[in-house]
Amino acid sequence: MANVQYQWPSASAAQLLGTRQRRLDGADKSTGAAKYTYDVNLPKQLIVKALDCPHAHCRIKSIDTSAARRVPGVVHVHVIKTPKKDADGNTVLPEVLFQGELLVAVAAETEGAAAEGVGKLKVEYEVLEPFVSEEELDAAVQAQRAKEGRPRVSIQAEPDDDVEDEEQFENDEIERLFREAKYVVEGYYGIDAITHCCLEPHGTTLHWQDGRLVAYLSTQNVSGCDDGFAAALDMTADDVDVHCEYIGGGFGSKFRPDYWGIAAAEISKKTGRPVKFMLERDQELMIAGNRPSGYLNVKLGADEKGVVQIWDSAQWGTSGVTGGGVADKWIPYVYEPPNYRRRSTFITTNTDQSRAWRAPNHPQACAMSQTAYDDLAAKMGANSYDIFERNLKHISSRQKAEVYAEEMKIGARLMDWQAKWHPHGKGPRRGSVVDGLGMAIHMWGGGANASTCQVKIHPDGGVESYCGTQDLGTGTRTICAMVLAETFGLPISAVNANIGTSKFPFSGASGGSTTVGAVAESHRRAGQDALAQLCEKVGEKLGVKPASLVAAAGRIHVAGKPDEGLSWREACSLLGMRPLEVTATFKRGQKTPLSDEGVGGVQMAHVEVDTATGQVRVKKIVAVQDMGLVLNPQTAESQIYGGVIMGIAYSLFEQRIMDPKTGAFLNSNLANYRLPRLGDVGEIVVEIYEPPDQRERGVIGLGEPPVISGGAAISNAVCNATGVRVPVLPMTPDRVLAAIKSQGRASS
Amino acid sequence: MNNFAYAQPRRLESLLALLSPTPGETEVLAGGTDLVGLLRERVLTPERVVNVCDVEELQGVHEVPEGGALALGAAMRLDELHEHPLLESYTALHQAICGLRSLQYQAQSTLGGELCRRPRCWYFRAGHGLLADGGRLIREGDNRYHAIFDNAGPAKFVSASRLAPALIALDARAVLVGPEPEYLSVVPLEELYQTPIDESQRETILQPNQVLAQILLPQADASAAVASAAYEVRHGEGPDDPLAAAAVSLQIESGVVRQAKLVLGQVAPTPRVADTASRLLVGHAVDQLRAEAAGRAAVADATPLSRNEYKVQLAEVAATRAILKAAGLATGGFDE
Repeated sequence: MANVQYQWPSASAAQLLGTRQRRLDGADKSTGAAKYTYDVNLPKQLIVKALDCPHAHCRIKSIDTSAARRVPGVVHVHVIKTPKKDADGNTVLPEVLFQGELLVAVAAETEGAAAEGVGKLKVEYEVLEPFVSEEELDAAVQAQRAKEGRPRVSIQAEPDDDVEDEEQFENDEIERLFREAKYVVEGYYGIDAITHCCLEPHGTTLHWQDGRLVAYLSTQNVSGCDDGFAAALDMTADDVDVHCEYIGGGFGSKFRPDYWGIAAAEISKKTGRPVKFMLERDQELMIAGNRPSGYLNVKLGADEKGVVQIWDSAQWGTSGVTGGGVADKWIPYVYEPPNYRRRSTFITTNTDQSRAWRAPNHPQACAMSQTAYDDLAAKMGANSYDIFERNLKHISSRQKAEVYAEEMKIGARLMDWQAKWHPHGKGPRRGSVVDGLGMAIHMWGGGANASTCQVKIHPDGGVESYCGTQDLGTGTRTICAMVLAETFGLPISAVNANIGTSKFPFSGASGGSTTVGAVAESHRRAGQDALAQLCEKVGEKLGVKPASLVAAAGRIHVAGKPDEGLSWREACSLLGMRPLEVTATFKRGQKTPLSDEGVGGVQMAHVEVDTATGQVRVKKIVAVQDMGLVLNPQTAESQIYGGVIMGIAYSLFEQRIMDPKTGAFLNSNLANYRLPRLGDVGEIVVEIYEPPDQRERGVIGLGEPPVISGGAAISNAVCNATGVRVPVLPMTPDRVLAAIKSQGRASS
Repeated sequence: MNNFAYAQPRRLESLLALLSPTPGETEVLAGGTDLVGLLRERVLTPERVVNVCDVEELQGVHEVPEGGALALGAAMRLDELHEHPLLESYTALHQAICGLRSLQYQAQSTLGGELCRRPRCWYFRAGHGLLADGGRLIREGDNRYHAIFDNAGPAKFVSASRLAPALIALDARAVLVGPEPEYLSVVPLEELYQTPIDESQRETILQPNQVLAQILLPQADASAAVASAAYEVRHGEGPDDPLAAAAVSLQIESGVVRQAKLVLGQVAPTPRVADTASRLLVGHAVDQLRAEAAGRAAVADATPLSRNEYKVQLAEVAATRAILKAAGLATGGFDE
């Protein structure tokens, strides 16, 4: 068999790639026919509810389950947080470090009985002092909750500079750079912690079958969670099947079975009954994923053109109970001035440990630094667009400056930027309403994850495929079918693409925008390999070289001569009695012509602000995005819409509110954990940037990038409208009013 | 949610018989947009839930036989009220219903249920009681959404009803029935609400075995047209609770206000009738300056807590804009 050259068809030859295709499961989702984990109910299942710790910091002195066990309908009580023994055999009381940690699970015949059982649990707590004031650096230092990271400094030394005492040299140089700077801006910026807030909470329905565990799990990682269960339950992964056909949101928080999933498996084993254990809404917000907060003081210096030459920042924040925070690596974001010093302090709080949230670190880094670039524009009285463009001179990104420049031009045209622009705080006022523009840029990797696909072509022409990936709702299933259909010259409906279980060949977790590349790689490779084998048979039959054959429009024929060939079905009948089965694997990081990594993008926002109430209304967002080869513009655009809306959400609404006194998560419900509604979204214009040189790069992931720069863009637009910076996201009405008031005080 | 017994009576008499005199033993289900959440969070754990939506006596809009008033059944859905031809002239009520920004809410929530929504105070909802440890948790904690008036005592939550300010401005009265079907009392709607002083009290005067049966609205008098409006300052375009709200009714003759009633919402444990501000309007034409003066007067005696001073300005703006809106003038805010 000839060596197969993996490649994508050219834009003109492609029949399906690049065309708008609806999600194959769209109708099922719209009608409710699609079964999510929450919809899975097994005969005779028990419902599990758990008691979560009401205190942010405490020790568990005792747990009395006797009354809970007596509740009619309660079948089993499972203590999760058990006392441990130390080396000397003494009992160590379990310490709880954040509110919401699950302590005891109650399994019952009905939801009501389980809830009542939970209500009857008696727990004695020794309440300890909590600390949750993550924005208050001084308080954190005082409470001994702060730990300084290693500063990162890069100063361009001249050859004759004396750098014996590095710190002294840095201080002197930084001082000199600020002296020489034409413009100096000092600012404070921040972004609060938010939660993943999955619409479908974390959880599982599972049962044991002849010693094997079958778990329906809401997960972004079907191929990895069998191992997760197996490791925790002291078994091997071949005895675990994980299924997830549909998922109601993950955003980076659903990669593992989690300890509640393990508890469900243990309860099921103990009781011999199927078990359904989904988190309650407040538990979902408290313990199932949050994004680190970040706050930053910066002083920057720029030359007469507004090009930043020196950046000196100190940041802090928290990723929860084990410390950590936003990585300073991405500060300032995309832009990298020739000289910089970045210092960080990590705060430990009594809040759950963070999980990866769509583009970890990037939205915070963007919101904490590209706002300062915009304040530079304000200080200069310059058009923000010019400052963002001029600073492309110094970037550190996986996308090229020229691409950003092109994307900015496109964005400006779609926003009508130049016509709408006015200097910061100098726009017309209608009643108490002012409007403004803001922009920001972003980057991401998005290289393909590992993936294996098995393709089966039946002698009757039927095509099916198997891949242990998952569809987060973004259209992965559709992409799998599209790629094979394109490869075989068939309509999408002729391909039966199967995903969503660990029984299928391994495919990587859906995180970091790695899925579309992964499945495009494995499906294209398997498809091309299979087609090559089929062409051998067809070539033999027709007496032509297999390499001269192409698959298009339902036929396999000599290239350029559609009549010299066979229909797909005739071709497949040459396979004889058995189907053709081909498996292909893509290894992460291998050199490939099919996929690449490294994208950029630009977002621009037009907002209105009511200066009397502090309300912000998004009028329009323009999102320009590159992603290499676009497989399905419809689902790609839909990804971007989702990212933009999430950007609006954390810019204006989402906020984890902790009670400074008790450490309680006060708004762990959908009534007070505010999210944008349709009326808050405004007009969204999406433009995909795909010139030939980008298309040639192959497939690149798109999940994270569109969520990154919305925060800074909207913040900059609010600043442009009002003439004042609302330093911390989300820009809630109270914060907008406070910023306006403090400027009023400063100028009077 | 715990298990509970469920009853769905058809007549007022059986409804009242199903309600227990003991607080917390039974709860009234009047749409469920609020109660279901409270049950799920186990803030309320009644033994029986009594659905009032099918009770005949709580349906429909009727003209009161003695005349001068319309009786609105407490089990009417908000979208039914919104579409009812007899209610067309009650502008503030319509605006308040539209302000909910949720078709589902409007279709599911009932008049009585909405007026009796429990406070959204996050300490109450987390199970710390309506007063949250005598008000201590709120005083020392995060009180950004709490009361800026009438908050010196233990109660610091804000009245949750979105319709109450509008209906109070329109001089609505509440018909309360129970414990016996013939025991009936009619009170001005503002008197339905109270500021509790201890955990034995709720935020309305309703006894556990008493129900809100009807709302009486004065019928429009052709000789003195009433202009009314509701204005809410909302964080977003959803059904979430507003940050401040106001409603006003103005009786205007030849361009001059003869009677005015301004009511603030979301600022105190009860809807707050702003008497001084209302009086400032009487005898004058409404213009920007007059409305602003009334808005300032409406919040003059505000006593904000540690984190909610911004609400004073929002309440002032809401009051000013409600007055401007009722008078048909531009509010100066976003286009509605």
